[in-house]
Amino acid sequence: MAPRFLPSGDTSLVVEFGDRMDRHLSALVLNLCRRVEAAGIAGVSEAVPTFRSLMVHYDPLVVRARDLQALLVPLIDDLQAEALVGQRWYFPTCYEGDDFAPDLADVAAAAGLDPAEVVATHAAIEHLVYMIGFLPGQAYMGDLPKTLALPRRTSPRIKVSAGSVAIAIGQTTIYPFDSPGGWHIIGRSAVPLFDTRREKAALLTPGDTVQFVSVSREVFEDMQAARADGTFDIDTLKVFE
Amino acid sequence: MSGHLRVVAAGLGTTVQDTGRFGYQRFGVPTAGVLDRVAMAAANTIVGNAPDMAVLEMLYLGATLEVAAESVRVACAGLGAGLEVTEEGATRQIPAAESVRLKRGARLRVMVGRNAISCILAVEGGIALQPVMGSLSTLTRAQIGGFEGRALAVGDLLPIVQEEVEERPELRLPDLDLAVPERIRLVLGPQDDYFTPEAISTLLSGTYEVTRAADRMGIRLAGAALGHAKGFNIVSDGIAPGSIQVPGDGQPIILLADRQTTGGYPKIATVASVDLPALGRVGPGAKLQFEVISVEAAEELRRAQARVEAGWRDSLEPAAPETGLREAALYGANLISGVADAWMGD
Repeated sequence: MAPRFLPSGDTSLVVEFGDRMDRHLSALVLNLCRRVEAAGIAGVSEAVPTFRSLMVHYDPLVVRARDLQALLVPLIDDLQAEALVGQRWYFPTCYEGDDFAPDLADVAAAAGLDPAEVVATHAAIEHLVYMIGFLPGQAYMGDLPKTLALPRRTSPRIKVSAGSVAIAIGQTTIYPFDSPGGWHIIGRSAVPLFDTRREKAALLTPGDTVQFVSVSREVFEDMQAARADGTFDIDTLKVFE
Repeated sequence: MSGHLRVVAAGLGTTVQDTGRFGYQRFGVPTAGVLDRVAMAAANTIVGNAPDMAVLEMLYLGATLEVAAESVRVACAGLGAGLEVTEEGATRQIPAAESVRLKRGARLRVMVGRNAISCILAVEGGIALQPVMGSLSTLTRAQIGGFEGRALAVGDLLPIVQEEVEERPELRLPDLDLAVPERIRLVLGPQDDYFTPEAISTLLSGTYEVTRAADRMGIRLAGAALGHAKGFNIVSDGIAPGSIQVPGDGQPIILLADRQTTGGYPKIATVASVDLPALGRVGPGAKLQFEVISVEAAEELRRAQARVEAGWRDSLEPAAPETGLREAALYGANLISGVADAWMGD
Protein backbone atom coordinates (compact mmCIF):
# COMPACT_ATOMS: atom_id res chain seq x y z
CA MET A 1 0.00 0.00 0.00
CA ALA A 2 1.85 3.10 -1.20
CA PRO A 3 0.08 6.21 0.01
CA ARG A 4 0.50 9.66 -1.50
CA PHE A 5 2.24 12.42 0.45
CA LEU A 6 0.47 15.73 -0.20
CA PRO A 7 1.79 18.93 1.35
CA SER A 8 -0.86 21.23 2.79
CA GLY A 9 1.24 24.35 3.12
CA ASP A 10 4.41 24.22 5.21
CA THR A 11 2.75 23.17 8.48
CA SER A 12 0.76 20.06 7.50
CA LEU A 13 1.50 16.94 5.49
CA VAL A 14 -1.29 14.65 4.29
CA VAL A 15 -0.69 10.91 4.01
CA GLU A 16 -3.47 9.82 1.66
CA PHE A 17 -4.34 6.13 1.28
CA GLY A 18 -7.26 6.52 -1.10
CA ASP A 19 -10.39 8.48 -1.83
CA ARG A 20 -13.15 6.20 -0.50
CA MET A 21 -14.94 5.57 2.76
CA ASP A 22 -14.26 1.99 3.71
CA ARG A 23 -13.04 0.02 6.68
CA HIS A 24 -9.82 -1.13 5.02
CA LEU A 25 -8.58 2.42 4.32
CA SER A 26 -9.80 3.56 7.72
CA ALA A 27 -7.85 0.82 9.49
CA LEU A 28 -4.66 1.82 7.65
CA VAL A 29 -5.19 5.45 8.63
CA LEU A 30 -5.94 4.69 12.28
CA ASN A 31 -2.99 2.31 12.61
CA LEU A 32 -0.65 4.89 11.10
CA CYS A 33 -2.07 7.52 13.44
CA ARG A 34 -1.24 5.33 16.40
CA ARG A 35 2.30 4.77 15.08
CA VAL A 36 2.89 8.47 14.47
CA GLU A 37 1.81 9.23 18.03
CA ALA A 38 4.08 6.53 19.42
CA ALA A 39 7.04 7.70 17.31
CA GLY A 40 7.10 11.10 19.03
CA ILE A 41 8.67 12.86 16.03
CA ALA A 42 10.16 16.20 17.06
CA GLY A 43 8.08 19.06 15.69
CA VAL A 44 4.91 17.02 15.10
CA SER A 45 2.12 18.62 17.10
CA GLU A 46 -0.65 16.17 16.27
CA ALA A 47 -2.07 13.80 13.67
CA VAL A 48 -5.68 13.93 12.52
CA PRO A 49 -7.21 10.78 11.05
CA THR A 50 -10.01 10.99 8.49
CA PHE A 51 -11.81 8.38 6.39
CA ARG A 52 -8.95 7.98 3.96
CA SER A 53 -5.99 10.08 5.04
CA LEU A 54 -3.90 11.17 7.99
CA MET A 55 -3.06 14.86 8.33
CA VAL A 56 0.18 15.37 10.24
CA HIS A 57 0.49 18.88 11.67
CA TYR A 58 4.03 20.08 12.40
CA ASP A 59 6.14 23.09 13.31
CA PRO A 60 8.18 24.09 10.24
CA LEU A 61 10.79 25.70 12.49
CA VAL A 62 11.55 22.26 13.97
CA VAL A 63 11.14 19.82 11.10
CA ARG A 64 10.98 20.28 7.32
CA ALA A 65 8.45 18.50 5.12
CA ARG A 66 11.11 16.44 3.33
CA ASP A 67 12.61 15.18 6.59
CA LEU A 68 9.18 14.53 8.08
CA GLN A 69 8.21 12.46 5.06
CA ALA A 70 11.44 10.44 5.40
CA LEU A 71 10.56 9.75 9.03
CA LEU A 72 7.01 8.67 8.14
CA VAL A 73 7.97 6.25 5.36
CA PRO A 74 9.31 3.51 7.68
CA LEU A 75 6.13 3.74 9.76
CA ILE A 76 4.12 2.88 6.64
CA ASP A 77 6.32 0.07 5.28
CA ASP A 78 4.72 -2.86 7.04
CA LEU A 79 1.49 -1.12 8.00
CA GLN A 80 -1.38 -3.53 8.61
CA ALA A 81 -5.06 -2.97 8.01
CA GLU A 82 -6.17 -4.87 11.08
CA ALA A 83 -9.08 -3.17 12.76
CA LEU A 84 -8.36 -1.41 16.03
CA VAL A 85 -10.42 -2.64 18.94
CA GLY A 86 -12.02 0.42 20.46
CA GLN A 87 -14.60 0.92 23.17
CA ARG A 88 -18.08 -0.40 22.42
CA TRP A 89 -20.97 1.92 23.28
CA TYR A 90 -24.76 1.79 23.52
CA PHE A 91 -26.35 5.12 22.65
CA PRO A 92 -29.97 5.40 23.83
CA THR A 93 -31.81 7.41 21.20
CA CYS A 94 -35.37 8.68 20.92
CA TYR A 95 -36.64 8.33 17.35
CA GLU A 96 -40.07 9.87 18.13
CA GLY A 97 -41.82 13.09 17.22
CA ASP A 98 -41.50 15.83 14.62
CA ASP A 99 -39.23 17.82 16.93
CA PHE A 100 -36.75 14.96 17.47
CA ALA A 101 -37.08 13.17 14.13
CA PRO A 102 -38.25 15.74 11.56
CA ASP A 103 -36.84 13.81 8.59
CA LEU A 104 -37.80 10.27 9.62
CA ALA A 105 -40.89 10.18 7.39
CA ASP A 106 -38.96 11.50 4.36
CA VAL A 107 -36.14 9.02 4.93
CA ALA A 108 -38.68 6.20 5.18
CA ALA A 109 -40.34 7.30 1.95
CA ALA A 110 -37.00 7.50 0.13
CA ALA A 111 -36.01 4.06 1.41
CA GLY A 112 -39.38 2.49 0.64
CA LEU A 113 -39.80 1.51 4.29
CA ASP A 114 -42.11 2.57 7.05
CA PRO A 115 -40.60 4.71 9.85
CA ALA A 116 -40.53 1.83 12.32
CA GLU A 117 -38.50 -0.22 9.85
CA VAL A 118 -36.02 2.66 9.42
CA VAL A 119 -35.57 2.81 13.19
CA ALA A 120 -35.17 -0.96 13.45
CA THR A 121 -32.63 -0.96 10.61
CA HIS A 122 -30.65 1.93 12.06
CA ALA A 123 -30.60 0.47 15.56
CA ALA A 124 -29.46 -2.93 14.28
CA ILE A 125 -26.14 -1.67 12.88
CA GLU A 126 -22.94 -1.70 14.86
CA HIS A 127 -21.54 1.64 13.72
CA LEU A 128 -17.77 2.11 13.44
CA VAL A 129 -16.45 5.55 14.39
CA TYR A 130 -14.36 6.47 11.34
CA MET A 131 -13.37 9.97 12.31
CA ILE A 132 -14.29 12.99 14.38
CA GLY A 133 -14.52 16.38 12.82
CA PHE A 134 -16.50 19.48 11.91
CA LEU A 135 -17.46 20.17 15.54
CA PRO A 136 -15.81 19.08 18.81
CA GLY A 137 -16.81 15.48 19.49
CA GLN A 138 -18.81 15.10 16.28
CA ALA A 139 -18.29 11.54 15.06
CA TYR A 140 -18.80 10.15 11.57
CA MET A 141 -20.03 6.59 11.99
CA GLY A 142 -20.87 3.88 9.47
CA ASP A 143 -21.78 2.03 7.53
CA LEU A 144 -25.46 2.31 6.74
CA PRO A 145 -27.06 -0.21 4.38
CA LYS A 146 -27.72 0.99 0.83
CA THR A 147 -31.41 1.58 1.58
CA LEU A 148 -30.48 4.32 4.08
CA ALA A 149 -27.53 5.75 2.14
CA LEU A 150 -29.05 9.08 1.09
CA PRO A 151 -27.22 12.18 -0.12
CA ARG A 152 -27.30 15.29 2.07
CA ARG A 153 -30.47 17.38 2.11
CA THR A 154 -30.64 19.80 -0.81
CA SER A 155 -31.14 22.69 1.57
CA PRO A 156 -29.20 22.58 4.85
CA ARG A 157 -30.88 23.74 8.04
CA ILE A 158 -29.61 26.93 9.65
CA LYS A 159 -29.94 25.37 13.07
CA VAL A 160 -29.86 21.72 14.05
CA SER A 161 -30.39 21.06 17.76
CA ALA A 162 -27.62 19.54 19.84
CA GLY A 163 -28.09 15.79 20.23
CA SER A 164 -29.72 15.35 16.83
CA VAL A 165 -28.96 11.94 15.31
CA ALA A 166 -28.70 12.36 11.56
CA ILE A 167 -27.83 10.31 8.50
CA ALA A 168 -26.34 11.04 5.05
CA ILE A 169 -23.65 9.71 2.69
CA GLY A 170 -23.94 6.24 4.23
CA GLN A 171 -23.01 7.53 7.68
CA THR A 172 -24.60 8.53 10.98
CA THR A 173 -23.56 11.56 12.99
CA ILE A 174 -24.74 13.24 16.17
CA TYR A 175 -24.49 17.01 16.43
CA PRO A 176 -22.77 17.77 19.77
CA PHE A 177 -23.77 21.45 19.65
CA ASP A 178 -26.51 23.48 18.03
CA SER A 179 -25.14 24.15 14.55
CA PRO A 180 -26.05 24.44 10.88
CA GLY A 181 -26.43 21.03 9.29
CA GLY A 182 -27.46 19.34 6.08
CA TRP A 183 -28.07 15.75 7.18
CA HIS A 184 -31.42 13.97 7.64
CA ILE A 185 -32.44 14.07 11.30
CA ILE A 186 -34.02 10.84 12.51
CA GLY A 187 -33.71 11.04 16.30
CA ARG A 188 -32.29 12.68 19.39
CA SER A 189 -29.76 11.36 21.89
CA ALA A 190 -28.85 12.74 25.31
CA VAL A 191 -25.38 11.21 25.26
CA PRO A 192 -22.84 13.89 26.31
CA LEU A 193 -20.45 13.77 23.37
CA PHE A 194 -18.18 16.59 24.44
CA ASP A 195 -17.55 17.94 27.92
CA THR A 196 -14.37 19.80 28.86
CA ARG A 197 -14.95 18.98 32.55
CA ARG A 198 -14.07 15.36 31.77
CA GLU A 199 -10.45 14.30 31.63
CA LYS A 200 -11.11 13.18 28.05
CA ALA A 201 -13.51 15.77 26.70
CA ALA A 202 -14.58 13.88 23.57
CA LEU A 203 -16.54 10.72 24.38
CA LEU A 204 -15.74 8.87 21.17
CA THR A 205 -12.41 7.95 19.59
CA PRO A 206 -11.97 6.71 16.00
CA GLY A 207 -12.10 2.91 16.12
CA ASP A 208 -14.87 2.83 18.76
CA THR A 209 -18.19 1.22 17.86
CA VAL A 210 -21.67 2.52 18.61
CA GLN A 211 -24.98 0.69 18.71
CA PHE A 212 -28.06 2.92 18.81
CA VAL A 213 -30.88 1.75 21.06
CA SER A 214 -34.41 3.05 20.58
CA VAL A 215 -35.79 4.54 23.80
CA SER A 216 -38.92 6.46 24.76
CA ARG A 217 -39.09 10.21 25.20
CA GLU A 218 -39.32 9.66 28.99
CA VAL A 219 -35.99 7.83 29.03
CA PHE A 220 -34.44 10.54 26.88
CA GLU A 221 -35.70 13.21 29.27
CA ASP A 222 -34.39 11.35 32.33
CA MET A 223 -30.98 11.16 30.71
CA GLN A 224 -31.11 14.82 29.76
CA ALA A 225 -31.99 15.75 33.34
CA ALA A 226 -29.12 13.64 34.70
CA ARG A 227 -26.81 15.47 32.32
CA ALA A 228 -28.06 18.83 33.51
CA ASP A 229 -27.52 18.08 37.20
CA GLY A 230 -24.15 16.40 36.63
CA THR A 231 -25.18 12.89 37.70
CA PHE A 232 -24.93 11.28 34.25
CA ASP A 233 -22.52 8.33 34.40
CA ILE A 234 -20.98 7.70 30.98
CA ASP A 235 -19.84 4.24 32.12
CA THR A 236 -23.47 3.14 31.83
CA LEU A 237 -23.12 3.57 28.06
CA LYS A 238 -20.14 1.22 27.77
CA VAL A 239 -20.47 -2.37 26.66
CA PHE A 240 -18.06 -4.67 28.51
CA GLU A 241 -17.71 -8.13 27.08
CA MET B 1 -4.03 38.64 44.88
CA SER B 2 -4.27 39.43 41.23
CA GLY B 3 -5.41 42.52 39.43
CA HIS B 4 -8.11 42.92 36.87
CA LEU B 5 -9.06 44.79 33.75
CA ARG B 6 -12.70 45.89 33.83
CA VAL B 7 -14.49 45.91 30.49
CA VAL B 8 -16.11 49.31 29.88
CA ALA B 9 -16.86 48.70 26.19
CA ALA B 10 -16.47 45.22 24.77
CA GLY B 11 -15.75 45.88 21.08
CA LEU B 12 -16.88 43.53 18.36
CA GLY B 13 -15.11 40.35 19.38
CA THR B 14 -12.53 40.62 22.17
CA THR B 15 -11.19 37.22 23.18
CA VAL B 16 -8.28 35.72 25.06
CA GLN B 17 -6.00 33.88 22.63
CA ASP B 18 -2.59 32.26 22.63
CA THR B 19 -0.89 30.27 19.85
CA GLY B 20 -3.74 27.75 19.88
CA ARG B 21 -4.87 24.46 21.33
CA PHE B 22 -3.01 21.49 19.90
CA GLY B 23 -3.56 17.76 20.26
CA TYR B 24 -7.36 17.75 20.06
CA GLN B 25 -8.09 18.23 16.38
CA ARG B 26 -8.62 14.46 16.10
CA PHE B 27 -11.54 15.00 18.47
CA GLY B 28 -12.91 17.74 16.26
CA VAL B 29 -11.64 20.63 18.37
CA PRO B 30 -10.42 23.55 16.24
CA THR B 31 -7.10 24.99 17.39
CA ALA B 32 -8.28 28.61 17.69
CA GLY B 33 -5.34 30.90 18.62
CA VAL B 34 -4.50 34.44 17.47
CA LEU B 35 -5.03 35.38 13.86
CA ASP B 36 -1.89 37.53 13.79
CA ARG B 37 0.90 35.55 15.42
CA VAL B 38 3.50 38.19 14.51
CA ALA B 39 1.56 40.99 16.22
CA MET B 40 1.12 38.80 19.30
CA ALA B 41 4.85 38.06 19.53
CA ALA B 42 5.67 41.75 19.08
CA ALA B 43 3.22 43.04 21.70
CA ASN B 44 4.38 40.42 24.21
CA THR B 45 8.05 41.20 23.59
CA ILE B 46 7.48 44.91 24.17
CA VAL B 47 5.93 44.33 27.62
CA GLY B 48 8.62 41.80 28.56
CA ASN B 49 6.54 38.63 28.17
CA ALA B 50 7.46 35.42 26.36
CA PRO B 51 6.36 35.87 22.73
CA ASP B 52 3.66 33.20 22.92
CA MET B 53 1.97 34.29 26.14
CA ALA B 54 -1.83 34.67 25.99
CA VAL B 55 -3.10 38.10 24.91
CA LEU B 56 -6.36 39.84 24.09
CA GLU B 57 -7.32 39.81 20.43
CA MET B 58 -9.84 42.39 19.25
CA LEU B 59 -11.77 42.25 15.99
CA TYR B 60 -12.87 45.25 13.92
CA LEU B 61 -13.67 47.52 16.88
CA GLY B 62 -11.48 47.46 19.96
CA ALA B 63 -12.51 47.33 23.61
CA THR B 64 -12.24 49.99 26.29
CA LEU B 65 -10.77 48.69 29.54
CA GLU B 66 -10.36 50.22 33.00
CA VAL B 67 -7.39 49.34 35.15
CA ALA B 68 -8.53 47.57 38.32
CA ALA B 69 -5.05 46.88 39.69
CA GLU B 70 -2.36 49.04 41.29
CA SER B 71 -0.70 49.38 37.89
CA VAL B 72 -0.44 47.52 34.59
CA ARG B 73 1.82 47.69 31.55
CA VAL B 74 0.32 47.01 28.14
CA ALA B 75 1.21 47.31 24.47
CA CYS B 76 -0.88 46.87 21.38
CA ALA B 77 0.21 45.65 17.97
CA GLY B 78 -1.69 45.42 14.71
CA LEU B 79 -1.74 47.07 11.32
CA GLY B 80 -2.85 50.67 11.89
CA ALA B 81 -3.67 50.03 15.54
CA GLY B 82 -3.22 52.40 18.47
CA LEU B 83 -4.18 53.12 22.07
CA GLU B 84 -6.04 56.05 23.57
CA VAL B 85 -5.34 56.42 27.27
CA THR B 86 -7.37 58.52 29.69
CA GLU B 87 -5.73 59.05 33.08
CA GLU B 88 -6.54 61.68 35.68
CA GLY B 89 -8.74 63.54 33.23
CA ALA B 90 -6.12 63.78 30.46
CA THR B 91 -6.33 61.80 27.23
CA ARG B 92 -3.30 60.88 25.17
CA GLN B 93 -2.47 58.61 22.27
CA ILE B 94 0.03 55.79 22.51
CA PRO B 95 1.13 54.32 19.19
CA ALA B 96 1.13 50.62 18.47
CA ALA B 97 4.26 48.67 19.35
CA GLU B 98 5.00 50.84 22.39
CA SER B 99 4.47 50.01 26.05
CA VAL B 100 2.62 52.17 28.52
CA ARG B 101 2.20 51.87 32.30
CA LEU B 102 -1.20 52.76 33.68
CA LYS B 103 -2.45 53.17 37.24
CA ARG B 104 -5.67 52.14 38.88
CA GLY B 105 -8.70 53.85 37.34
CA ALA B 106 -7.02 54.69 34.02
CA ARG B 107 -9.01 53.89 30.90
CA LEU B 108 -7.56 52.35 27.82
CA ARG B 109 -9.29 52.37 24.46
CA VAL B 110 -7.83 50.01 21.86
CA MET B 111 -8.23 51.12 18.26
CA VAL B 112 -8.15 48.45 15.58
CA GLY B 113 -6.66 49.69 12.32
CA ARG B 114 -9.03 51.18 9.81
CA ASN B 115 -8.60 48.46 7.22
CA ALA B 116 -7.55 45.67 9.54
CA ILE B 117 -9.59 42.85 11.00
CA SER B 118 -7.66 42.34 14.25
CA CYS B 119 -5.31 43.83 16.78
CA ILE B 120 -3.52 42.46 19.84
CA LEU B 121 -3.22 43.81 23.37
CA ALA B 122 -0.52 42.25 25.54
CA VAL B 123 -0.46 42.71 29.32
CA GLU B 124 2.79 42.44 31.29
CA GLY B 125 2.75 39.15 33.24
CA GLY B 126 -0.18 37.79 31.27
CA ILE B 127 -3.78 36.87 31.90
CA ALA B 128 -4.70 34.88 35.02
CA LEU B 129 -7.05 32.20 33.68
CA GLN B 130 -6.87 28.42 33.83
CA PRO B 131 -5.93 26.73 30.56
CA VAL B 132 -8.57 24.40 29.10
CA MET B 133 -7.07 21.40 27.32
CA GLY B 134 -3.65 23.00 27.50
CA SER B 135 -4.51 26.42 26.10
CA LEU B 136 -6.03 29.76 27.03
CA SER B 137 -7.39 30.28 23.51
CA THR B 138 -11.11 30.98 23.31
CA LEU B 139 -13.22 28.96 20.90
CA THR B 140 -16.54 30.76 21.16
CA ARG B 141 -18.38 28.35 18.85
CA ALA B 142 -17.91 25.53 21.38
CA GLN B 143 -17.58 27.77 24.47
CA ILE B 144 -14.11 26.46 25.26
CA GLY B 145 -11.23 28.30 26.94
CA GLY B 146 -10.42 31.93 27.57
CA PHE B 147 -12.89 33.91 29.68
CA GLU B 148 -15.88 31.60 30.20
CA GLY B 149 -15.49 30.36 26.63
CA ARG B 150 -16.80 33.60 25.20
CA ALA B 151 -15.93 37.08 23.99
CA LEU B 152 -15.61 39.72 26.71
CA ALA B 153 -18.75 41.69 27.59
CA VAL B 154 -19.35 44.97 29.35
CA GLY B 155 -18.77 44.66 33.09
CA ASP B 156 -16.51 41.62 32.90
CA LEU B 157 -13.51 41.62 35.22
CA LEU B 158 -10.62 39.98 33.38
CA PRO B 159 -8.09 38.66 35.92
CA ILE B 160 -4.46 39.49 35.17
CA VAL B 161 -1.42 37.92 36.80
CA GLN B 162 0.26 41.04 38.17
CA GLU B 163 -1.35 43.35 40.69
CA GLU B 164 1.30 45.94 39.93
CA VAL B 165 4.25 46.48 37.60
CA GLU B 166 7.59 48.20 38.19
CA GLU B 167 8.28 51.64 36.88
CA ARG B 168 10.90 51.55 34.14
CA PRO B 169 11.50 53.35 30.89
CA GLU B 170 8.78 52.44 28.41
CA LEU B 171 9.91 50.60 25.27
CA ARG B 172 8.99 50.48 21.64
CA LEU B 173 9.81 48.18 18.75
CA PRO B 174 10.89 50.52 15.96
CA ASP B 175 11.18 48.10 13.07
CA LEU B 176 7.98 46.07 13.38
CA ASP B 177 6.79 45.41 9.84
CA LEU B 178 3.14 44.41 9.66
CA ALA B 179 2.67 45.26 5.99
CA VAL B 180 0.46 42.87 4.03
CA PRO B 181 2.56 41.30 1.24
CA GLU B 182 1.61 42.42 -2.27
CA ARG B 183 1.14 38.81 -3.17
CA ILE B 184 0.14 36.29 -0.55
CA ARG B 185 2.31 33.22 -1.03
CA LEU B 186 0.69 29.83 -1.46
CA VAL B 187 1.73 26.21 -1.66
CA LEU B 188 -0.47 24.34 -4.15
CA GLY B 189 -2.61 21.44 -2.91
CA PRO B 190 -3.52 19.15 -1.37
CA GLN B 191 -6.37 18.90 -3.94
CA ASP B 192 -5.09 21.09 -6.79
CA ASP B 193 -5.77 18.09 -9.06
CA TYR B 194 -9.51 18.67 -8.44
CA PHE B 195 -9.27 21.92 -10.41
CA THR B 196 -8.84 22.79 -14.06
CA PRO B 197 -5.47 24.28 -15.13
CA GLU B 198 -7.43 27.45 -15.93
CA ALA B 199 -8.67 27.61 -12.33
CA ILE B 200 -5.11 27.62 -11.02
CA SER B 201 -3.98 30.30 -13.46
CA THR B 202 -7.10 32.34 -12.63
CA LEU B 203 -6.32 32.18 -8.91
CA LEU B 204 -2.76 33.33 -9.56
CA SER B 205 -3.54 36.09 -12.04
CA GLY B 206 -6.75 37.45 -10.55
CA THR B 207 -7.57 39.86 -7.76
CA TYR B 208 -9.79 38.60 -4.94
CA GLU B 209 -11.67 40.87 -2.60
CA VAL B 210 -12.19 40.13 1.08
CA THR B 211 -15.95 40.05 1.65
CA ARG B 212 -17.79 40.92 4.84
CA ALA B 213 -17.84 37.20 5.63
CA ALA B 214 -14.46 37.50 7.34
CA ASP B 215 -14.02 36.30 10.88
CA ARG B 216 -11.85 34.03 13.00
CA MET B 217 -13.05 30.97 11.13
CA GLY B 218 -12.06 32.21 7.71
CA ILE B 219 -12.26 34.76 4.94
CA ARG B 220 -14.66 34.36 2.07
CA LEU B 221 -13.24 35.94 -1.08
CA ALA B 222 -15.02 37.30 -4.15
CA GLY B 223 -13.46 37.20 -7.60
CA ALA B 224 -13.28 35.13 -10.76
CA ALA B 225 -14.84 31.72 -10.09
CA LEU B 226 -12.49 28.73 -9.92
CA GLY B 227 -13.67 25.75 -11.95
CA HIS B 228 -13.62 22.25 -10.53
CA ALA B 229 -12.29 19.48 -12.76
CA LYS B 230 -14.09 16.61 -11.00
CA GLY B 231 -16.86 17.95 -8.81
CA PHE B 232 -16.73 19.90 -5.59
CA ASN B 233 -17.22 17.10 -3.08
CA ILE B 234 -14.35 15.07 -1.73
CA VAL B 235 -14.35 12.39 0.94
CA SER B 236 -13.65 14.54 4.03
CA ASP B 237 -10.04 15.04 4.97
CA GLY B 238 -8.04 17.29 7.26
CA ILE B 239 -7.87 21.08 7.05
CA ALA B 240 -4.63 22.97 7.65
CA PRO B 241 -4.25 26.58 8.77
CA GLY B 242 -4.57 28.69 5.63
CA SER B 243 -6.28 25.97 3.56
CA ILE B 244 -8.11 27.52 0.61
CA GLN B 245 -11.26 25.51 0.04
CA VAL B 246 -13.47 26.08 -2.96
CA PRO B 247 -17.15 25.12 -2.64
CA GLY B 248 -19.56 24.73 -5.54
CA ASP B 249 -19.86 28.43 -6.36
CA GLY B 250 -16.15 28.58 -7.21
CA GLN B 251 -15.41 31.38 -4.72
CA PRO B 252 -12.40 30.59 -2.50
CA ILE B 253 -12.52 30.58 1.30
CA ILE B 254 -9.28 30.89 3.28
CA LEU B 255 -9.62 29.00 6.56
CA LEU B 256 -8.09 30.54 9.67
CA ALA B 257 -7.74 29.94 13.41
CA ASP B 258 -11.26 28.70 14.26
CA ARG B 259 -11.51 26.57 11.10
CA GLN B 260 -13.23 23.21 11.27
CA THR B 261 -10.74 20.36 11.63
CA THR B 262 -11.98 18.40 8.60
CA GLY B 263 -14.00 19.21 5.52
CA GLY B 264 -15.46 17.90 2.31
CA TYR B 265 -14.62 20.63 -0.20
CA PRO B 266 -11.47 20.40 -2.33
CA LYS B 267 -8.61 22.67 -1.28
CA ILE B 268 -6.76 24.23 -4.19
CA ALA B 269 -3.85 25.62 -2.17
CA THR B 270 -2.65 26.53 1.31
CA VAL B 271 -1.30 29.91 2.47
CA ALA B 272 2.39 29.69 3.44
CA SER B 273 2.74 30.03 7.21
CA VAL B 274 4.94 33.13 6.80
CA ASP B 275 1.98 35.02 5.31
CA LEU B 276 -0.80 33.61 7.47
CA PRO B 277 -0.52 36.35 10.12
CA ALA B 278 -1.10 38.97 7.42
CA LEU B 279 -4.58 37.52 6.87
CA GLY B 280 -5.37 38.69 10.39
CA ARG B 281 -4.80 42.23 9.13
CA VAL B 282 -6.99 42.45 6.05
CA GLY B 283 -10.58 43.54 6.43
CA PRO B 284 -13.57 43.56 4.10
CA GLY B 285 -12.81 45.34 0.83
CA ALA B 286 -9.11 44.47 0.84
CA LYS B 287 -7.82 43.15 -2.50
CA LEU B 288 -5.62 40.08 -2.42
CA GLN B 289 -3.32 38.63 -5.05
CA PHE B 290 -1.47 35.35 -4.84
CA GLU B 291 1.65 33.60 -6.01
CA VAL B 292 2.77 29.99 -5.71
CA ILE B 293 5.99 28.93 -4.02
CA SER B 294 7.44 25.54 -3.13
CA VAL B 295 7.21 23.99 0.32
CA GLU B 296 10.98 24.43 0.62
CA ALA B 297 10.70 28.14 -0.18
CA ALA B 298 7.87 28.50 2.35
CA GLU B 299 10.06 26.87 5.00
CA GLU B 300 12.95 29.24 4.25
CA LEU B 301 10.70 32.30 4.44
CA ARG B 302 9.24 31.15 7.74
CA ARG B 303 12.70 30.57 9.19
CA ALA B 304 13.81 34.02 8.06
CA GLN B 305 10.72 35.51 9.73
CA ALA B 306 11.56 33.65 12.95
CA ARG B 307 15.11 35.07 12.88
CA VAL B 308 13.70 38.59 12.65
CA GLU B 309 11.40 37.92 15.61
CA ALA B 310 14.27 36.46 17.63
CA GLY B 311 16.12 39.76 17.20
CA TRP B 312 13.30 41.92 18.53
CA ARG B 313 14.29 41.76 22.18
CA ASP B 314 17.62 43.40 21.32
CA SER B 315 16.13 46.02 19.04
CA LEU B 316 13.71 47.46 21.60
CA GLU B 317 14.46 51.12 22.26
CA PRO B 318 13.17 53.68 24.71
CA ALA B 319 9.83 55.14 23.74
CA ALA B 320 10.09 58.73 22.52
CA PRO B 321 9.25 61.40 25.07
CA GLU B 322 5.75 62.74 24.68
CA THR B 323 5.70 65.69 22.35
CA GLY B 324 3.32 67.12 19.84
CA LEU B 325 5.59 65.79 17.13
CA ARG B 326 5.06 62.27 18.27
CA GLU B 327 1.34 62.75 18.14
CA ALA B 328 1.75 63.84 14.54
CA ALA B 329 3.79 60.76 13.80
CA LEU B 330 0.94 58.52 14.80
CA TYR B 331 -0.40 56.83 11.79
CA GLY B 332 -3.55 54.92 11.50
CA ALA B 333 -4.71 55.25 15.10
CA ASN B 334 -7.94 56.21 13.57
CA LEU B 335 -11.41 57.27 14.41
CA ILE B 336 -14.30 55.04 15.23
CA SER B 337 -16.10 56.24 12.13
CA GLY B 338 -13.37 54.77 9.96
CA VAL B 339 -13.61 51.45 11.70
CA ALA B 340 -17.35 51.46 11.31
CA ASP B 341 -16.97 52.10 7.58
CA ALA B 342 -14.65 49.14 7.25
CA TRP B 343 -17.08 46.93 9.13
CA MET B 344 -20.21 47.99 7.33
CA GLY B 345 -18.69 48.23 3.87
CA ASP B 346 -20.17 50.79 1.53
